[in-house]
Amino acid sequence: MKFTLKIWRQKNQNDPGRFVTYEVNNISADASFLEMLDVLNNELVQKGEDPVAFDHDCREGICGSCGMMINGRAHGEGRSMATCDVRMRMYKDGEDLVVEPWRAKPFPVVKDLVVDRRAFDRIMQAGGFISVKTGAAPEANAVPVPKANADEAMDAAACIGCGACVASCPNSSAMLFVAAKVSQFALLPQGQPERRERVERMIEQMDKEGFGACSNNYACEAECPKGISVTHIARLNREFLRAEFTEKA
Amino acid sequence: MVLNSNIPDGPIEKKWSEHRFHMKLVNPSNRRKYTVIVVGTGLAGASAAASLGEMGYKVLAFSYHESPRRAHSIAAQGGINAPKNYANDGDSVYRLFYDTLKGGDYRAREANVYRLAEVSGSIIDQCVAQGVPFARDYSGYLDNRSFGGAQVSRTFYARGQTGQQLLLGAYAALSRQIGAKTVQFFDRREMLDLTVVDGQARGIVVRNLRTGAVESYVGDAVVLATGGYANTYYLSTMAKASNATAVWRAYKRGAAFANPCFTQIHPTCIPVGGDYQSKLTLMSESLRNDGRIWVPKKSGDTRSPSQIPEAERDYYLERLYPSFGNLVPRDVASRRAKEMCDKGFGVGPTKMAVYLDFADAIKRNSKAWIEEKYGNLFDMYHEITAEDPYSVPMRIYPAVHYTMGGLWVDYNLMTTIPGLFVVGEANFSDHGANRLGASALMQGLADGYFVLPYTLGNYLASTKFASVTVEHEGFRETRASVQERVDRLMSIKGKKPVSEIHRELGKVMWEYVGMGRTAAGLTKALKLIPEIREQFWKDAKVVGDPDTINNELEKAGRIADFLELGELIARDALHREESCGGHFREEHQTPEGEAKRNDKKFAYVAAWEYTGDARTPKLNKEPLKFEYVKPSERSYK
Repeated sequence: MKFTLKIWRQKNQNDPGRFVTYEVNNISADASFLEMLDVLNNELVQKGEDPVAFDHDCREGICGSCGMMINGRAHGEGRSMATCDVRMRMYKDGEDLVVEPWRAKPFPVVKDLVVDRRAFDRIMQAGGFISVKTGAAPEANAVPVPKANADEAMDAAACIGCGACVASCPNSSAMLFVAAKVSQFALLPQGQPERRERVERMIEQMDKEGFGACSNNYACEAECPKGISVTHIARLNREFLRAEFTEKA
Repeated sequence: MVLNSNIPDGPIEKKWSEHRFHMKLVNPSNRRKYTVIVVGTGLAGASAAASLGEMGYKVLAFSYHESPRRAHSIAAQGGINAPKNYANDGDSVYRLFYDTLKGGDYRAREANVYRLAEVSGSIIDQCVAQGVPFARDYSGYLDNRSFGGAQVSRTFYARGQTGQQLLLGAYAALSRQIGAKTVQFFDRREMLDLTVVDGQARGIVVRNLRTGAVESYVGDAVVLATGGYANTYYLSTMAKASNATAVWRAYKRGAAFANPCFTQIHPTCIPVGGDYQSKLTLMSESLRNDGRIWVPKKSGDTRSPSQIPEAERDYYLERLYPSFGNLVPRDVASRRAKEMCDKGFGVGPTKMAVYLDFADAIKRNSKAWIEEKYGNLFDMYHEITAEDPYSVPMRIYPAVHYTMGGLWVDYNLMTTIPGLFVVGEANFSDHGANRLGASALMQGLADGYFVLPYTLGNYLASTKFASVTVEHEGFRETRASVQERVDRLMSIKGKKPVSEIHRELGKVMWEYVGMGRTAAGLTKALKLIPEIREQFWKDAKVVGDPDTINNELEKAGRIADFLELGELIARDALHREESCGGHFREEHQTPEGEAKRNDKKFAYVAAWEYTGDARTPKLNKEPLKFEYVKPSERSYK
C-alpha cells in the first residue's frame, strides 16, 4: 500500500511548527500505524533527516504511550484502539493521512508528535490512590465485593492514561480520565474512607492544570481505546456533589 | 570476586523471619538522612520506591518514560500466584515453593524461592487494599485460575490485564509518595552509568532525554529495577524501549552477571508476519486453560482448520503429557511447538505456527463465557491478524518473552558491588532456568514491597558513608565517560540505521542462541556477534541533535550494549553443557526429547565477571545446594 502523509513537525515548544508532506510506498496491509511510521523514519534516517518523534512503547495497546490525531480522530480509525493497534488495512490504498499531536493546552508539544502529559500524573498525585501502607493490609478475602461492583470497577480501571479523551474533547476536558479513577474507587469498599477528599482533590488539580469542563459531547467515550463509558462521568459528578454537600469528617 | 549468597541458617520455613529479626534497623527519625536511588518504575521499582518513601527514606526515582505508569510490567496479562488455597485444592506455601523450584529446573536457590512463596500471600492482601479490581466470583470473593506447571488454582487475575492493574496499584502508591514529597520523580531520564566511590555504589549518571543534559545524582544506595534483556533478540514481547543498559553498565563497574543464557521463550505468541514487524505480541498463558493446541497429523496439510476432522488432528501436548496436558510449563510447550513445525506439521502461511483452538470450550460453555474470561485477548488477536478467534483457531508460535538471568544478587538482593541492589526481572534470583507463569508479577512485587525495604535498611544501618557530592572525582569520571560515549555514537556517521543492525543481531540470537542450541551454532554466534558489533561502530548512522528528544541516539546506545550482552549470552550457553529449563542444548536430551540436566557438573549459578573490553569475562560459580527438594527429572507426564 502507499500513503501520502501530512505530519506535524515541531522542533520544540517554542517552534511554531508546520505540516510536512511525505510519501510512503510498499507498506504491508498488516503493518500497524506505528510500523508504517517506522518505515518512514528509516527512510528519513537514510537520507540524513531527523526522524519524526513520537511516543510509543508496548505496541500492544496497554502502556498508553502512543497517541496521535489521524485525519482528525484520536488514535485514528476504528473503535477501542490505541494508535499502535491501528492496522494499515483499515485505510484505503493511496489515501492522504493527516497526522497531528494531541491538541490541548494542558498537553504542550515537546517535539513533533510528542506531548507532555505530566498533568495526568499530577492529578493522580493529588488523590488517585487509596492510602494503605505497605504491610498494613488485611487478609484479601476479609471484605467481599459484589461481583457487579468489582466488574464495573474493572471497566473503569482499564484506563491507560493516553489522553485521547482530552484530545478529542472540544473543551479539552479530562473528566473521563478523572472519572475512571474516582469511579473505580467509589465502587469498592476499600475506597470509601477517602471518597470525599479524593474527588475534591483530583477535581481541584484537574482545574488547576487548565482542563475544561464536560459538556456532554461524548467524543471521549467514542475515541477511548478502552471504551470507558461516560456513565463514569455521571458518577464523578455525583461523587463531587455528594462531597460538596456533606460535612468534612 | 567472592560470591557469598548470605543465605541465613536454620530451617527453610524460619530463615526469612529469623533473618528479619537479626537485621539492623534504621530508626524512623534517622531514615530521612539516607538517600536511596531507584532506577525504573515498573512493579519492582514502583513498589520499592513507594514503600521506602513511606518508611521515611529520601527516595529519588528515575524512569526513561514520562510517567511511571508506562513501564512494561503493564503488559503482563495472565495473573499473579499466591498460595492462599481459596480453591481448597491442596495449595500451600511449600507447594508453591516446590512448583516454582521444579519449574525452574532446579537452578534457583531454595531459600530465595521459599521466601518468595512465603511473602506472596501478603502481595494479594496489599493489592486488594489498594483497590486492584481482581476477578471475583458471584459470592464476592476472589476467583482463581490455573497456570502452567501447577495442578492447583492459585493464580489471581484482573481479566487479561493483571499486570496493568498491579502496576497501576503500585503507581498509585508511588504517586501518593510523590505528592507527599518523600519520593522525587525524575521523568525521561535514562541511566547510562553507575558511580562507585570507595567500593560502594554511590550514585548514577543519567541522560535527560528531553534536553540531552548529562546529570548526576548521589545516594547512599542504588536500586536497579530496570527489567529484562529480551530485546537482545530484537523481536520479542518486550516494549520497544526495554533495554539492558543499566545492568550492563553496572556489570562493567563490577557487578557479576548471572546465568545470562537463561532466557524464556513463551509458547503462545502471534507468529511473525513480515520484515516490517517491530515486535511480537503475546497471547496470555491463561488461554491454555481452555484452548487446545494441535497440528494436523499429516505434514504439509494445507486444508483450512475447519476441514480437518477430529481424527486427523494431533493434540500433541495432551498426547505427550496426559496429566498436565496443555498446561505444561512454557519451555516444554515452546520446544514441542518448534519441533512440530521443524518436522513440517506447522500451519498458516509461514508454516511456523500451531493452532490454539477454543471450539470445545465454546461448545462446552458458551461464547459469552469465553468472552468474559478472555475478551480483550480475543479482540487483540482479531485486530492484529484480521481473523476471528471465536470461529477460527488462533495461530501461535513461541517468542522471546522474559529473561531469568540478570545481575547476581545475594539473599539480600545486593550485587557484588556493596550498596547496589537489584530487584525484579533485572536480577537472576528466583526463577532458575525457567519461570512459571504468573511468577514474574509475584517476584517483582515481593522484592519491592516485602524484601528490599528490610534488607536495604540493614545495609544502611550497618555501613559507614563518606560525604560525597556530584563534584567528587568518581562522578566526574563517570560523567566524562558517558559524554564521551554519546559523542562517539553521534560521530560514527555511517550508512546503516541502527534498527537494521539490531535486526541482524536478533536474527543471529534467534537462530543460534534461541530455542535449540548446539555447540556448533553457539560457536558461530560467538564469531558473528563481534562482527556485527564492529560493523555497528563503523557503519551505524545516528542522525538528529543530541540536545533534544532523539530516539535514534537512545536506540543506538541500547543496541551497542545488546551487541556486547548478546555475546555473553552465547558464551554462557556454550559453557553450560547441559539442558535445563529454557536453556536447551540439543546435544543433551533424553530419548523422549526432554531437557537433560547434569547436576553433578552444573548445579551452580554461573556469575560472569567483567575483566575488560578486550578480554574474556571470568566465570565464577555459586554452588546450589538442595536440602529440601531433591532434583529429579522434571516430569509433567
